[in-house]
Amino acid sequence: MVIAADQDRDLRAAAWTAAAQVVDPEIPVLTIADLGVLRKIAVVDGRVEVTITPTYSGCPAMNMIALEIELALAREGIAKPVITTVLSPAWTTDWMSDEGRRKLKDYGIAPPQPGGGRRALFGEQQVACPQCGSTDTEVLSEFGSTSCKALWRCKSCREPFDYFKCH
Amino acid sequence: MAVASISVKETPLVLYALRRADDALILGHRLSEWCGHAPMLEEDMALANMALDLIGQSRELYSYAGKVEDAGNDEDRLAYLRDVRQYRNVLLVEQPNGDFAHTIIRQFLYSAFADLYWREMMSSSDATLAAIAAKSEKETAYHLRHSSEWVIRLGDGTDESNRRAQDALEDLWAFTGELFHVDDAERSLIAEGVVIDPERLRSAWTATINDVVQTATLMVPARDWMQKGGRSGNHSEHLGHLLSELQSLQRSFPGATW
Ligand SMILES: [Zn+2]
Repeated sequence: MVIAADQDRDLRAAAWTAAAQVVDPEIPVLTIADLGVLRKIAVVDGRVEVTITPTYSGCPAMNMIALEIELALAREGIAKPVITTVLSPAWTTDWMSDEGRRKLKDYGIAPPQPGGGRRALFGEQQVACPQCGSTDTEVLSEFGSTSCKALWRCKSCREPFDYFKCH
Repeated sequence: MAVASISVKETPLVLYALRRADDALILGHRLSEWCGHAPMLEEDMALANMALDLIGQSRELYSYAGKVEDAGNDEDRLAYLRDVRQYRNVLLVEQPNGDFAHTIIRQFLYSAFADLYWREMMSSSDATLAAIAAKSEKETAYHLRHSSEWVIRLGDGTDESNRRAQDALEDLWAFTGELFHVDDAERSLIAEGVVIDPERLRSAWTATINDVVQTATLMVPARDWMQKGGRSGNHSEHLGHLLSELQSLQRSFPGATW
């Protein structure tokens, strides 16, 4: 029994390490662990079960992410994982790790403001330019090149930039 | 050669999920028709993004309808293999895109309702519907804000944009009553706490509409005669044309995949 429990724990850890390295195909600097899309990994009867959650209902990256997880696990010798998508609790940008926020900013995308949600959505927004740090910025469009981003412009350095919007 | 339509056993819960799924799919499809045609690039992306959200919501609802029905119908079969008379969406969402003002007014009238609706549905006693509601309400909040801003911009813009926005409001107003319509099937779910009574939302919806329409220097139509029929499958001719395009591939090549 103890040995079986140890094996499960090791398998779970190996599966997590592999799956956590899968990146978002639309923002390849972020892993699904950074994003909070990877929710849980369990081992049930020796089989790995991975739980993921979509950022947006229509996120076209989810199928791709599930496929990438399967490939990442297969490279570690873990065959036929069960990959389940859950909607609840609903994904929020608050789940993005600090590491994820830093990577986004370095990539040129303004990270979502923590503790956002509806307040940030309908209140005053102050988004700092990821290039020069100025907060003298304006929104160009609520909807950007992917579901999770809005298009902004910095009035100080004149650069347009993506903002990972609060959700 | 074309595949025959499926039959669906519409228990109250299956029917409910199909109705909401059809609303989202048909409106999402309408918005997707703008892709590559919107008045500016940013708006092209915005409309496509909203379409994606709505189609995503419809997929969850269809999957749930199929699971509850438990007769082997999945999201694809429910979307692609039901005939126009089997579609249960409100008439509002199938109305043609018209000019940009019509598309925006249609979106605004729907989103002002859906935003309230999904937020309240988060307290559904049905865990799947509550989870779908929690995702949908976040997305819908953006749709409402975006369409409201456009209503104000069009109404309070030039004489022509004001006239077109007012015309759209007059044309579409009669379809808003159906958003609040419930029948016996839905009433049974309301009684069980599975779904909310949309009537509860009417005063908040009216307040949102009045607020935005007045800010836009437009006028809320005075008429209160309302058109309905979509929920029971009586559609305008527009839906048949939409479905013939949406379903053509699966009807001609059953089970085709990418
Ligand atoms: Zn800047």
